Amino acid sequence: MRQRRLLTVAGTGFAMIMLAACGSAAPGTAEDNPNALVVYNAQHESMTKIWAEAFTKETGVQVVLRNGKDFELANQIKAEGDRSPADVFLTENSPAMAVVENAGMFADIDSATLAQVPKKYSTNTGKWVGIAARSTVFVYNTERLDAGELPESIMDLAKPEWQGRWGAAPGGADFQAIVSAMLELEGEEKTAAWLQAMKVNYKNYSGNNTVLQGVNSGEIEGGIIYHYYWYRDQAKTKENSNNAKLLFFSGKDPGGFLSVSGGGVLETAKHADEAQQFLKFITGPTGQQALADSAEFEYTVGSKVAANPALQPLSELDPPRVDPSKLNGPKVIELMTNAGLI
Amino acid sequence: MAVPVSLLGLIPIGYILAESYALGWEGIQEALFRPRVADLLGNTLALVATCVLGCILLGIASAWLVERTDLPGRRVWAAVLVAPLAVPAFVNSYAWASLWPQFEGLLAATTITVLSYYPFVYLPVAAALRGLDPALEETGAALGLGPAARFVRVVLPQLRVAVLGGALLVGLHILAEFGALQMIGYETFTTVILVQFQSTFNGSAATMLAGVLIVCSLLFVTFEVLARGGARYSRVGAGAARPTVPVRLGMTRWLSVAALCGLLTLAVGVPAYAVARWWSDASGVDAELLAALFSTLQFGLIGAAVTTLAALPVAWLAVRRRNLASTALEQCTYLTSSLPGVVVALALVTLTVRWADSLYQTTALVAACYVMLFLPRSLVNLRAGLAQAGPEMDDAARALGASELRRLVRVTLPLIAPGIAGGAAFVFLAVCTELTATLLLAPTGTTTLATQFWGHSDALDYAAAAPYAAVMIAISAPLAYLMLEQSRRIRRR
Repeated sequence: MRQRRLLTVAGTGFAMIMLAACGSAAPGTAEDNPNALVVYNAQHESMTKIWAEAFTKETGVQVVLRNGKDFELANQIKAEGDRSPADVFLTENSPAMAVVENAGMFADIDSATLAQVPKKYSTNTGKWVGIAARSTVFVYNTERLDAGELPESIMDLAKPEWQGRWGAAPGGADFQAIVSAMLELEGEEKTAAWLQAMKVNYKNYSGNNTVLQGVNSGEIEGGIIYHYYWYRDQAKTKENSNNAKLLFFSGKDPGGFLSVSGGGVLETAKHADEAQQFLKFITGPTGQQALADSAEFEYTVGSKVAANPALQPLSELDPPRVDPSKLNGPKVIELMTNAGLI
Repeated sequence: MAVPVSLLGLIPIGYILAESYALGWEGIQEALFRPRVADLLGNTLALVATCVLGCILLGIASAWLVERTDLPGRRVWAAVLVAPLAVPAFVNSYAWASLWPQFEGLLAATTITVLSYYPFVYLPVAAALRGLDPALEETGAALGLGPAARFVRVVLPQLRVAVLGGALLVGLHILAEFGALQMIGYETFTTVILVQFQSTFNGSAATMLAGVLIVCSLLFVTFEVLARGGARYSRVGAGAARPTVPVRLGMTRWLSVAALCGLLTLAVGVPAYAVARWWSDASGVDAELLAALFSTLQFGLIGAAVTTLAALPVAWLAVRRRNLASTALEQCTYLTSSLPGVVVALALVTLTVRWADSLYQTTALVAACYVMLFLPRSLVNLRAGLAQAGPEMDDAARALGASELRRLVRVTLPLIAPGIAGGAAFVFLAVCTELTATLLLAPTGTTTLATQFWGHSDALDYAAAAPYAAVMIAISAPLAYLMLEQSRRIRRR
């Protein structure tokens, strides 16, 4: 009998806790803090956190992040439409920015912000601005491939001799951006053919990190990723990159594609002023220096701030000329779905 | 009151049907009838087949060893064999992937899922074995059957319900499994649905794949019902069942102990070692971990409370007013819970974005999703509790002059309190380790233990993921123990 009473008391206590919990929203979320700037963030969380914390320190404005992937968030913003709670959208690659821009959902960026970044890193419509950049690379295992055996172009990887020797992560927005550059430079027919050949030749990985790991362990001879994954691992324990080196494709090859990370302010932003301020901060000297000083190893683009000294300087690279707002993400996904890659 | 709860459960199915209709037959063909989908179907069904088989074999073998033989330390084994329930499947996968990154493919997927899910078969089979009447086996012996034949022809058929129920649970878990399989790169429908979601949000490809998943789930459930059959599994009266004589293991005794030790090392030892090893590299407890812990506990409590409240009317109807309508309502809830979390979440996201904007990205929506996914866990416990609290008590109280409210508070609630507590505990455990639906539905800025763990391990930052894994295991352990206690109380129906 006493046990039953005890259980009843416990049950009531439990119900009271439930009611209390129901009433309060979790701290640090948008529900709890309606004045905070809402950032839909597809950039690496570690990077945006650095920017957000520095921004809050300087201006006192709280920032709340919704983390996701490029196209997931872009399509989510599109689906949300006028009622989207987002103020700022940050991406890792530009095709996702094009999706939102083409839906007419971006507001004009302040001209002062646009002036901080060279024109080739932003869209010429003034709807979004470049915040960082990354270069496509072919990472290869130094024991299994000599300098003479490396591919000269990313298009070579479709050839039969490369079957089973290279890997990539087609499920991620990063690789999809690289394919979108290929689509823009080589055309639909060649890209579709390359993707069909890729399906036969490549080994699938879930992300760029696992591609690097696979190359390093010798499971595959090489892989297509972005440069900073190698540098990040080198700065930490080196255990996923001690047998690997990077090849930057030159001669304006599609494989040398320099992908621009973009930032935009939503037309329906509830905190438009703070949103503009945030973008100005990121592309300004403080924000770009924070990127250069961090362990993120992406290239800086704004305010003439030099990138992390460990990186191969941008001036030494020879990337192809691609207009970032022309990259067609949905078409790429359609082509990749047809090829059976995603 | 029970009707809206059950109908809530049909939302995801309705959503998929509506989308399919909008897409048209050609659209469906384009999305589904291609080699990639055939690949995924093959992968998924192969894994289900191997894992279910493995779990059945392991579950029956270990249950038999613990309940029916003179294995040394049986009581300890009975508790310890349930331990893998405390380790979520994606933590298990993280342990194997971080220690042996080359371990992949069907073998890896089968190993990890069998080690994570065999308790689902072990628990009901052990409970069933406990309740068996030895008289039936003795009759078999008297009629000339040897021990092996007795096991196959007398014992196994009586275990049919337990084995099938456990196997169904395992099969449904595999259909819904995301984290564990994504980490070793084994592609199934659910992993691809999430990848598609990350590329297209709620595109038609993701929705169609979800539709295939629903069909698979329904097929499994139907198959289980058919396989169970209509045979009678109970005796007319409880009679005076004697305890069974344990089988002497003799020579194979220490071999069995070694085998069980090996099983536990793989199922619990490997994750424990991996977490400890990576945690030694990590920075320790920080504000991020505490924030995630707070959110997880909050979601857990809200989920458990709301689900229990929602389950009460359905359970009441199912037990006290048993008819076709109440049974139908109950079956509706089982239907939705057999769907993978990602499908339910996808449906809710699309619906709220289009028509119920104020609910979008709120804790309330997350709670609604948890109700849909985990209602049966609460329901099963509540039903058992209500069944034990017979209406006679209620009638006696009424005869003594108590009002309806007084009866509810002083008679019914205390009697079903263990059932409520048991159900709430199960739901709490499920919510704390839920990954996919939370990823899709949680309000911006929310972090839970599972989502943070996933974010770090996806980036191969094993050291950062380790503390989250450890906390999840610490939360799950007492609840796994609760499950064991609950199953111990089950007697023959």
